[in-house]
Amino acid sequence: MADVFRALDDRTRRIILDLLVERDGRSLFEICGALTTRYGLSSSRQAISQHLAVLEEAGLVRTERQGRTKLHHFDPGPLAEIARRWPERKQDP
Amino acid sequence: MRIRLTSVFVDDQRAAHRFYTEVLGFRTKHEEPLGDDLWLTVVGADDPDGPELLLEPSGHPAVGPYREALVADGIPIAQFEVADLAAEHARLTELGVRFTQPPTDIGSAVTAVLDDTCGNLIQLLQPREA
Repeated sequence: MADVFRALDDRTRRIILDLLVERDGRSLFEICGALTTRYGLSSSRQAISQHLAVLEEAGLVRTERQGRTKLHHFDPGPLAEIARRWPERKQDP
Repeated sequence: MRIRLTSVFVDDQRAAHRFYTEVLGFRTKHEEPLGDDLWLTVVGADDPDGPELLLEPSGHPAVGPYREALVADGIPIAQFEVADLAAEHARLTELGVRFTQPPTDIGSAVTAVLDDTCGNLIQLLQPREA
């Protein structure tokens, strides 16, 4: 779980997850493009690739090939573990 | 100085010629034997004297790894302008063309990325009207 918190402790990585929630299955090229044109984040392609590796290691991003292109998908699984460990308290009616 | 000719590497010149003319809609400009291969160029249908695109054989050993790495990361190798991207996307999808990126608004333009079935990704771009 430590990996999940480390992965989320970065604005660029949180925005990458926002992009994948908005529409899943994006290539590195497309993620870089969206970060630049929509968020003004002009990180290098290599830096974004490393951010994606951190997210993938934490289990928040999965990759799969479509043809020969690697597409990135959001996996909310690790976040559900957080909610299970610290569940929201039920309010009395 | 201006761009007269640019090229994409293609796995099979005949198959590439079919895709670039019959599917994408370019016109043949030059088709001349050159050793075992062809000097094969296409031009835009409405721009016959414009820049030519050379469909170049991908036989050189460096081409494989180079293109594989670009395609894996979704990086297009060339960009073509279209008048109506939504219409082209619908038309090409109907013809079975696979897009790795659907039409996406990038502010100054709308872009999409397709697989040319010859080993490359191609970006289509519709500039936003000023």
